[in-house]
Amino acid sequence: MATVNISVDGKKIQGETGQTVLQVAREAGIYIPVLCDHPALPPEGACRICLVEIEKQGTLQPACTFPATDGLVIHTNTERVRASRKFNLELLISDHPLDCMTCEATGDCLLQDLAYEYSVEGDRFEGTKHHYSINDPNPFIQVDRNKCILCRLCVRACREINGVEAISVFYRGFGAYIGFGADSHMADSPCEFCGSCVAVCPTGALWPKMSLGKGRPWEVERIQTTCPYCGVGCQIILEVKDNEIIKVDSAWEGPSNHGWTCVKGRFGWDFVHHPDRLTQPQVRRYLLEGSQPKPGPADRHPEVAGDPWEWVETDWDTALDITAQKFRQHRDESDPRSVGVLTSAKCTNEENYLMNKFTRQVIGTNSIDHCARL
Amino acid sequence: MAGLATSFGSGAMTNSIDDIAEHAKAFFVIGSNTTEQHPIIGMRIRQAVRQREAVLIVADPRRIDLTDFATIHLRHEPGTDIALVNGLMNIILANGWEDGEFIAARTEGFDDFKSAVEEYTPDRVAEITGVPVEQLQQAAELLAENKPTAVLWAMGITQHTTGTHNVMSLANLQMLLGNMGVPGGGTNPLRGQNNVQGACDLGGLPNVYPGYQSVTSAEVREKFAQAWGLSTADGGSQTAVGGLSSAVGLGITEMIPAAGEGKVKALYILGEDPIMSDPDTNHIRHCLESCDFILLQEIFPSETAPYADVLLPGASFAEKDGTFTNTERRIQMGRKAIESPGEAKPDWWITAELAKRVLQTSDDSRKIDPAAPYSGWEYENTAQIMAEIAALTPSYAGVRYERMENGETLQWPVKDKNHPGTPILHVGQFARGLGKFHPIEHVPPAELPDDEYPIILSTGRVLFHWHGGQMTRRSKGLLEIYPQALIEVNEDDAAKLGLNGNKRVRVSSRRGSIEAKALITDRVPPGMVYANFHFPEASANELTIAALDPIAKIPEYKVCAVKVEVAN
Repeated sequence: MATVNISVDGKKIQGETGQTVLQVAREAGIYIPVLCDHPALPPEGACRICLVEIEKQGTLQPACTFPATDGLVIHTNTERVRASRKFNLELLISDHPLDCMTCEATGDCLLQDLAYEYSVEGDRFEGTKHHYSINDPNPFIQVDRNKCILCRLCVRACREINGVEAISVFYRGFGAYIGFGADSHMADSPCEFCGSCVAVCPTGALWPKMSLGKGRPWEVERIQTTCPYCGVGCQIILEVKDNEIIKVDSAWEGPSNHGWTCVKGRFGWDFVHHPDRLTQPQVRRYLLEGSQPKPGPADRHPEVAGDPWEWVETDWDTALDITAQKFRQHRDESDPRSVGVLTSAKCTNEENYLMNKFTRQVIGTNSIDHCARL
Repeated sequence: MAGLATSFGSGAMTNSIDDIAEHAKAFFVIGSNTTEQHPIIGMRIRQAVRQREAVLIVADPRRIDLTDFATIHLRHEPGTDIALVNGLMNIILANGWEDGEFIAARTEGFDDFKSAVEEYTPDRVAEITGVPVEQLQQAAELLAENKPTAVLWAMGITQHTTGTHNVMSLANLQMLLGNMGVPGGGTNPLRGQNNVQGACDLGGLPNVYPGYQSVTSAEVREKFAQAWGLSTADGGSQTAVGGLSSAVGLGITEMIPAAGEGKVKALYILGEDPIMSDPDTNHIRHCLESCDFILLQEIFPSETAPYADVLLPGASFAEKDGTFTNTERRIQMGRKAIESPGEAKPDWWITAELAKRVLQTSDDSRKIDPAAPYSGWEYENTAQIMAEIAALTPSYAGVRYERMENGETLQWPVKDKNHPGTPILHVGQFARGLGKFHPIEHVPPAELPDDEYPIILSTGRVLFHWHGGQMTRRSKGLLEIYPQALIEVNEDDAAKLGLNGNKRVRVSSRRGSIEAKALITDRVPPGMVYANFHFPEASANELTIAALDPIAKIPEYKVCAVKVEVAN
């Protein structure tokens, strides 16, 4: 590809033919504000925030769609540019709720950041405001069309990344809104709830329902990890507040998934906090009380207090000593091959290695397997 | 994995996700419901089809979602994969579309293979598979014209009594077309669990130590005996004293039945749920009841917990450090984000504590030499365990936490600490030297429909749930959107049965019976139903047959015979 040389705010930078002005500037570390652009998605030119002044062009041009060609001289921050951006922001804000105090996206909202940067107060234009109900009955994604700025990032993510094209814009002009399938609920559309739309939404229009009211962006710790479900190995970012996972965010550098997820990766992590979690070692009562024999299948009444098959919570030392004694007994009194080990495709490499070492070094058998076959 | 190891010398996905997504001219997806089971890869296939006009050939008895994007859908009868692939190769050979140069330079066994394939004429294959001759011709032509083709599969290929042979057939196909060792090609089995690759890599198999080093090799046993501080005498099957056993151990599908027969008396089960995930649940219940001692290490009281003697609380993925190896052999960090609830502990800590206690009480029976470099069980963190893995596992030799924390992404083999990893396997040469063609014959499934059980049952998972469902049934949103087991029944069969949308079905096999709501759909062809094993009240594994592939010991989950009735 041929190199193109352009000048942005007096700085000489290089790009390649086929790139837009925004792409070249971004790679050079030059900031041009934009609401409707995402590096992984084709440009749309919807928000008019990235307008820049290009010499020899009569009107301001959107940096996100304008092709970078040799010799362009661009100014990103002139009085004219700033006035235009402010005007467009004022138009957007004129039909946008100003409930930032309670809005989920506060602190993680591009529109809020730009309104602050451009001192947009929200009182410039009087006029009709939308009052959409927030009523999409699905378990995962809150759809608040009042906060939608029609940037179409969600439409593009659904079309270009997922591929099912569940989201589109219905009607035109002031009547335009995002809708699902044949203008129905998300669950009645081809939507797979992968959450790509949520990942790219620049405002609070699309938000994970399970994260509502859980915490602010500046209150959370963000930890990148590997998704626990299938073998793709998606990287995800867990947002944690007060020892609770409150949201999964995109890890854009993830080499197998590049920030995208499926429904389980983005919305299926709450099992971690389920009240069914085991929190204490438990042993059957017969093991605690001396050398009682194990009750036969017909004589097991775990729900009856005092029954030998009743679960009894105990401490780690007791549970581990009982268990160690049992494994040793079976290994030594019959045969190492009377012990079998099922390791786990859900556990780490290190844990699987230790299970292999336990089986072979400690017990002396090769009877170890896991659910690769199932 | 046994299939690829036999053909190529190494059994794993050969190419990378990005590589096939960007470079494959065609995808041949057989026995993988990719958009539901590996959704990110499914999305990438859809992108390739839509955005760069890649060809997509789907072979699946079900009209899975991916078929909406397919150039052609070969809807073959369940259990006829070998016949189908042989049929495609027959047409390729008959037209001289094979890659003669690749075959001559990099493979062996071609002549025997060729004579076997010659028997699979299009007419005969159409008869066995139910796929019309014209579609076979069209698919073969697409494969010939669009190189490289990436072949992708999952459990739809391996969960058959012929699973290993199914895989070897696909290896044959890719060698025939010269699609091996090149970007955008390869044989790409998609691994189902987030660390099933790692569990296989690190010795979680009855025949190999970490890095697929064979337990039957004296040299390998010597290496591990020295590392772990054991006497090098053969522990064998007879004696409880001594070193490392040279006998291949029992696999999962043998171990639990052996417990039923009293041969296995104690089980250590880590995060597995045999009641949900193993075939023929009634038999599994009996086996677990008969076992003298079961340790279950889990995060939830799973369906297997009622059979356990001791239940130890483990940490979830978010509560511990460690690495996972994904389907493309990429080793990645899992990081601790929160503290575990109550007394729950990381599984590596529990295993180490247990090992120490068994060894402490071992008196004379099993002497460990404390001077050996890796004899001990005192681990302070998982990085220390990875250092031990790297020292003993050639394919992980260069894996270091520091490298991963510095942003390197490592795909094994990583031969030393400067080696960048291996995005594509078998470039220039196969792991075993020459790739080996094998003549493979079609064999019907173990249990086919008859008058009493006239319908084929196939099983699998759905997008919103996961395996035995322990995690996803405890995820509020996932349970809300898919709250109960659904059994897919074809519209014609439903009409014959007098089923309507509100009725439940009872599906019975020779082994058990379940009742669930029917999903009337053309996803399944007439004569076939599809059920999942996510819900204990209607788990498909009550019905499945424990007929095993003789080589890989994988059960035939994808085909058994059932009858379907309207439930009262």
